[in-house]
Amino acid sequence: MEAVGLFPVLTLSGILFSLGVIGVLTRKNILIVFMSVELMLNAVNLSFVAFARETGQTDGHLFAAIVMAVAAAEAAVGLALVILLYRNRLTVHLDELDLMKG
Amino acid sequence: METLIFTILSSVAVLLGVGVVTMRNPISSALSLVGTFFCLAGIYAMLGAHFVAVIQVLVYAGAIMVLFIFVIMLLQLRDEEDYSWSQYGPRIIGGMVVSIVLCGALVVSLSGANEGFGAVGPEFGTIRQIGYLLFGDPQSGTIGKYLLPFEAVSALLTVGVVGAVVLGKRKL
Repeated sequence: MEAVGLFPVLTLSGILFSLGVIGVLTRKNILIVFMSVELMLNAVNLSFVAFARETGQTDGHLFAAIVMAVAAAEAAVGLALVILLYRNRLTVHLDELDLMKG
Repeated sequence: METLIFTILSSVAVLLGVGVVTMRNPISSALSLVGTFFCLAGIYAMLGAHFVAVIQVLVYAGAIMVLFIFVIMLLQLRDEEDYSWSQYGPRIIGGMVVSIVLCGALVVSLSGANEGFGAVGPEFGTIRQIGYLLFGDPQSGTIGKYLLPFEAVSALLTVGVVGAVVLGKRKL
C-alpha cells in the first residue's frame, strides 16, 4: 500500500471539475448551474492545496483562501441577481431567459 | 491507513458531486454539495492544509451554502426538468465529451508522477506560517508577500456586498 501522492489528488480534482463542467452544460436551473460553478472552484482549490503539499510551500494555501473569498463575493452578487431575475420574470429556467437573444 | 481514508473521502466526494449534477430538486443538490465540501475539507486536513480545511467548513459549507439554501427556499421552485432525450441529449453528450477529454488530458500528462508526497516540516500549513506570508514577520520587520492581494480581496468583498444590496433593494 503506497502513500497518497500528487496523482490521485489531481485525478479527484479533475473528476470534480469535469462534473462541474457537465452541470454547467446540461442543467437548465440557474441555481444548479451556480452550484456546479462552486464545484469547479473547489476542484481548483484542491489542486492548489495538492501542489502546495508537493512543493512544500504554503503559498498555495493562500491562493485557495483567496479563491474562496472570490467565490463568496460571486455567490453574493449572483444570488442577488437570481432573486432580481425571479422577481421580474418569475422563472429561474435558463431557456426561458432569452431577453437578450437577438 | 492514509490511502484508505483518502479513498473513502474521495469516492464519497465524487458520488455526492454526481448527486449535485443529477438531482432534480435544487435543495437535494445543495445538500449534496455541502457533503462534497465536508469531504474536501477532510482531504485538505489530510494534505496538511489546516487553515484551508477550517475555512472550507466555516466559509463554504457554513456561509455560502446557507446563502444558497436561503435563496432556494425563498424562490419556491417547482420540480421541473423532465429529461426528454431529444432536448437534452446533445447537451449531455457534449458535456460527457468535454469531461472525458479534460480528464484524459490530465491523466495522460500526469501519469509519470506516481510516487507519494515527500515529508514536510511541522510548520507546513500552520496558521502561523500563513500569517507570516500575509502580514510579514514581526521579528525581522518584513512586509508580507501577499499583503496587497489580501487588501485587494477585502476591497472586492466590499464591492460585492454593496453590489448585492443595490441589486436586492427595490428602491434605493
